[in-house]
Amino acid sequence: MRVLLFLLQKEFLQIFRNKTILAIIFVAPVMQLLILPNAATFEVKNIMMSIVDRDHSSYSQKLVEKLRSSGYFILTDYSASYKDGLKAIEHKKADLVIEIPAHFERDLIRHSKADILISVDAINGVKASVGGAYATQIISMFNRDIRAEWLPATRYNNAPMINITYSNWYNPLMNYKTFFVPGILVLLLTLVGGLLTALNIVREKEIGTIEQINVTPIKKIQFIAGKLIPFWITGLVILTIGFIISALVYHIIPAGSFLTIYLFAAVYLVAFLGFGLLISTYSNTQQQALFVTFFFLMVFFLMSGMFTPIESMPHWAQVLTYFNPVRYFVEVIRLVVLKGSSLFDVKRQLLVMCMFALGFNTWAIVNYRKTT
Amino acid sequence: MNAVSVEHITKTYLQKEQKKEKKVTALDDVSFTVDKGELFGIIGPDGAGKTSLFRILTTVLLADSGKASVEGLDVVKDYRKIRDRVGYMPGKFSLYQDLTVEENLNFFATIFNTTVKKNYELIKDIYVQLEPFKKRRAGALSGGMKQKLALCCALIHKPSILFLDEPTTGVDPVSRRDFWDMIKKLKEQDIAILVSTAYMDEANMCEKIALIQKGNILTVSSPEKITSEFDQPLLAVRSDDMYQLLYDLRANKAVKEAYPFGAYYHVIPEDANKTKELEAYLQQKGQKDLEVKPIKANIEDSFIALMKKND
Repeated sequence: MRVLLFLLQKEFLQIFRNKTILAIIFVAPVMQLLILPNAATFEVKNIMMSIVDRDHSSYSQKLVEKLRSSGYFILTDYSASYKDGLKAIEHKKADLVIEIPAHFERDLIRHSKADILISVDAINGVKASVGGAYATQIISMFNRDIRAEWLPATRYNNAPMINITYSNWYNPLMNYKTFFVPGILVLLLTLVGGLLTALNIVREKEIGTIEQINVTPIKKIQFIAGKLIPFWITGLVILTIGFIISALVYHIIPAGSFLTIYLFAAVYLVAFLGFGLLISTYSNTQQQALFVTFFFLMVFFLMSGMFTPIESMPHWAQVLTYFNPVRYFVEVIRLVVLKGSSLFDVKRQLLVMCMFALGFNTWAIVNYRKTT
Repeated sequence: MNAVSVEHITKTYLQKEQKKEKKVTALDDVSFTVDKGELFGIIGPDGAGKTSLFRILTTVLLADSGKASVEGLDVVKDYRKIRDRVGYMPGKFSLYQDLTVEENLNFFATIFNTTVKKNYELIKDIYVQLEPFKKRRAGALSGGMKQKLALCCALIHKPSILFLDEPTTGVDPVSRRDFWDMIKKLKEQDIAILVSTAYMDEANMCEKIALIQKGNILTVSSPEKITSEFDQPLLAVRSDDMYQLLYDLRANKAVKEAYPFGAYYHVIPEDANKTKELEAYLQQKGQKDLEVKPIKANIEDSFIALMKKND
């Protein structure tokens, strides 16, 4: 026990003396939490629009005005022909072309029917689909306004109409930050747990200090515990810093209890510390450890549901996410922070996480014994 | 009881070379013993198997076959007890570079369940030289100071055996001499010391040496005895054209062996009494400032002779 305490003391001394690691631990989380949610926005805005108005009527003017005033579109190009509009897309001056054909107003009034063409640059899939959808929505609203104008509402007017009202549960203002920030907290914990532990242990191998340690009476289990505990504590400290920032900057205060989150985070960290330890037993240099960890974390993050919903992944990918520990924490932290789920609600995820923790650590320790 | 006893130790490594697995023998049926309190040198060129032997004795490497014991304790069964009793200084500086001199020393004392204060007597002579730098990080020390610190850390738990793996490799000549003085002082404390080195001239500092080459021990004896067993005549030869001289020497049938040694060539003639003839031959070849003198063999001559015999 005394030996372990001294190992911990040494470890913390080294962490606090290493300016780079210290910056990674304490500055990076703050920066990420301040920058990412504001910059990496999920909302699609500033869609550049090219208008080809061949009608030049008051209706076509009205429609363009409506699109512009929606806040989503910027009129960047006004072309004479559809061909020129496509050119604007080619030259990155527009994301979509809206062509209003000649006799648009006349056809609409006389034949109660007119066509509009929307062509969208689909290089950026998200922007294309969302932009296209916005445009369609605005045009259909425009359509409704015209109908209202031409079919005055009388009590004999019995055109069926469904009136839709909706409310957003758990995130009433549909603020994507509320949804995104907890995900970043998970990302930070994973980095500290997985990457820093792996690098720290491999560093001892690389510098050769492990040679000297191996000849001392330190037991392997003491050595491992001495390596894992500091990063476990660091992880929980980062989580706390993260919650303070989310409360102060984004006014995100978990609807559920902190206890549930911290309990889950504690188990999650043990799992990822084991993961880092596992990587370190297979690597001899920090470079190897860094790249192997990076590969796994990249896959873990992208398939965690942090950025894209798991439900919209193909079936095989959804099955794969069950083997991704990050997935569970992202799920749980959102459930607790947004929905206020209790420990009982997330007991299944907690159990799975316990299994991950046990699995990674057993594998790592067995392999650690074998190699040294 | 011997401090160290090694019986028929063999160690091979598998090495991948051009996609083929090749067995490399690091230690081939090695046996020797080290007495209590003895200063024992393991001398051999790089790749002779010195470090493998040290790693087996310090219980961090398992031998393929054979038995070894330290202080009467088996290196496999009683490895835990051995680790309490030995001090090990690896060839590469292996202390924490980001901890200070003091912190390193305290750390190693603590993990051996002791304190610096308790065993200060043992390291006092060495530590006084380090004292002015005690707040400095180990990584910022000079080579010689690093080595002193490493020795202190290996000694702080009062080991009964000290393993020093190539302690003087890459150290300047003055520090090397200092270091051997320190080791000799330690010997007075009744600590058995096993030291490996590739420098032949350091062999004379040891009480007993084992010459090792390609995993085989050529001989185990005291340095004096090894040199006295050199049973051939030996000449030191030099001239103003050393390059041509080696050709001329090797072209002469009366010369068995000629190899460079410092400013001279060491020459083993077929017949010790025909020195005059050799000198005349070399003069005839046009060698100026010629110097030919009979000398006594040193460790390196013995080692080269033993190596030849072994091949």
